[in-house]
Amino acid sequence: MALLEVSDLSITFGGVLAVQNVSFSVEAGVVYSVIGPNGAGKTTLFNLITGIYRPKSGDVRLDGEMVTGRPPHELARKGVARTFQNLQICMNMTAIENVMLGGHLSVDRNLIKGMLRFSSVRRADAVLREKSAELMAYVGLGAYVDADASVMPYGALKRLEIARAMAARPRILFLDEPAAGFNPTETTEIDGLVRKIANSGITVVLVEHDMKMVMNISDRILVLNYGKKLTEGAAREVRRDPAVIAAYLGKAA
Amino acid sequence: MMRTNYGLFILAAILLALPLLLPNTYYFDIANRMAINAIVVLGLNLLIGYAGQISLGHAGFFGIGAYASAVLTTHFSWPPIAALCAGAAGAALIAAAIAPPIFRLRGHYLAMATLGLGIVISIVLKNEASYTGGPDGMSVSPLSVFGWEIFGERQWYWLFAGILLFSVWACQNLIDSPFGRALRALHGSEVASQVVGVGAARYKATIFVLSAFFASIMGSLTAHYVGFVTPDTAEFSHSIELVTMVVVGGMASVYGSVIGAVLLTALPQALTTLEGWETVAFGTILMLSMIFLPKGLGPTLAAKFGSAR
Repeated sequence: MALLEVSDLSITFGGVLAVQNVSFSVEAGVVYSVIGPNGAGKTTLFNLITGIYRPKSGDVRLDGEMVTGRPPHELARKGVARTFQNLQICMNMTAIENVMLGGHLSVDRNLIKGMLRFSSVRRADAVLREKSAELMAYVGLGAYVDADASVMPYGALKRLEIARAMAARPRILFLDEPAAGFNPTETTEIDGLVRKIANSGITVVLVEHDMKMVMNISDRILVLNYGKKLTEGAAREVRRDPAVIAAYLGKAA
Repeated sequence: MMRTNYGLFILAAILLALPLLLPNTYYFDIANRMAINAIVVLGLNLLIGYAGQISLGHAGFFGIGAYASAVLTTHFSWPPIAALCAGAAGAALIAAAIAPPIFRLRGHYLAMATLGLGIVISIVLKNEASYTGGPDGMSVSPLSVFGWEIFGERQWYWLFAGILLFSVWACQNLIDSPFGRALRALHGSEVASQVVGVGAARYKATIFVLSAFFASIMGSLTAHYVGFVTPDTAEFSHSIELVTMVVVGGMASVYGSVIGAVLLTALPQALTTLEGWETVAFGTILMLSMIFLPKGLGPTLAAKFGSAR
């Protein structure tokens, strides 16, 4: 059974069919990419699957369990994690606190115990801090551990998003344009990082514009255009698909 | 991160030394009022400064505590401690009941809803005159705990100082705990905190209930301390005073809450010499402090002297 199964998912925004009857499934352990021209509905699709938006119709199944329209904090418990294209970093916190936030569900969140400084809570939090520092090193942010998030450069914040998502120890990780705004060298680094994450056994679903990166690391690719599924298949099939070439480059005369 | 809590030591030292410096009970009374406000403001700052929400009706919860103690001890001869607990439980229940609908709102709308809540509570207190004495208020018996009566400004001082010290310590712990981190994250990015598993609605409701609970307890103690309650305690202007203390002292700053409460309690007393112009001076000082210290006193001082929080 596929880890993620999406069937006939649709949503409209004021009459605009942003995502229309999209179906696909993602096997555990693969890197699955969603591509398409600007405004094709890629991020909207992510938002539907991760519970930010409620779909108008259609189903999302995670490991066979129906999770359509469940709020994000419940999906987090089921092993769903994601990053945001338009950075969602808590600028009022330090970098490592942002990563520790990712491990929220793995520690004791009890209010009273926290207020009274229970040593069990402190100890578990200290362990989480250590793990978070390791994760920051893993994504290449070792130098920023004690920095305030608000002083970090854009590129570092993109990586911080990934570290936070990883801290949740997800089964399936949705990366929304992790290399957006990066130069080719940085993109190659992110490419390597995503590969490293996938090799560690986490299923990765990726939205990305950088075609070289997508073709390099994806096992399968879903192509969206105007909210509809254009095609789906292995990277090398999709690359040659005339409909995809037409959508990106326009039809040959 | 473990670090020596110098701030708490300094606060404890000040609280211990203060009685030696205060010349008479009038000054003890002011110190007590500062402590009362500081404790309520600490709770309110968790909601406003850390969680990024707002309550313009917080005096309502203070009023619930004050009147629960006044009415239950006077008309029903409850022991003060039982009345205090009942008031706090009632305030917490009301907060928990209204939290789900009002925290669906944001910004100005949330402000309006909490404002309405405070007004409703103060109207109820005014209209239930047979129990509450209406706009004239009612007197409250002194606080006695298991036969031991707390009497006089000096004894009360030690009680309030103890609660203040505990509250500061508990707030600092809370903010450093996983719960507090989730709370701050809600302020930073609600959607990001949700996708890592923070149930935003529950966290907002919990901190709202907690701050209402503390406000109610302080309302009860204040009623016994002053010996008299009026509906003014639950009034809109009192809510605004509390929010002003949070903002002037510094949002998301524990010591800022204390500084804000101390200054804004002292200021009207200090300005009484201006005879009629005190409100003008008070307003001017508030405006100037917001223009030149927009982050509030606590964070500004912390940045200047390089200490944390």
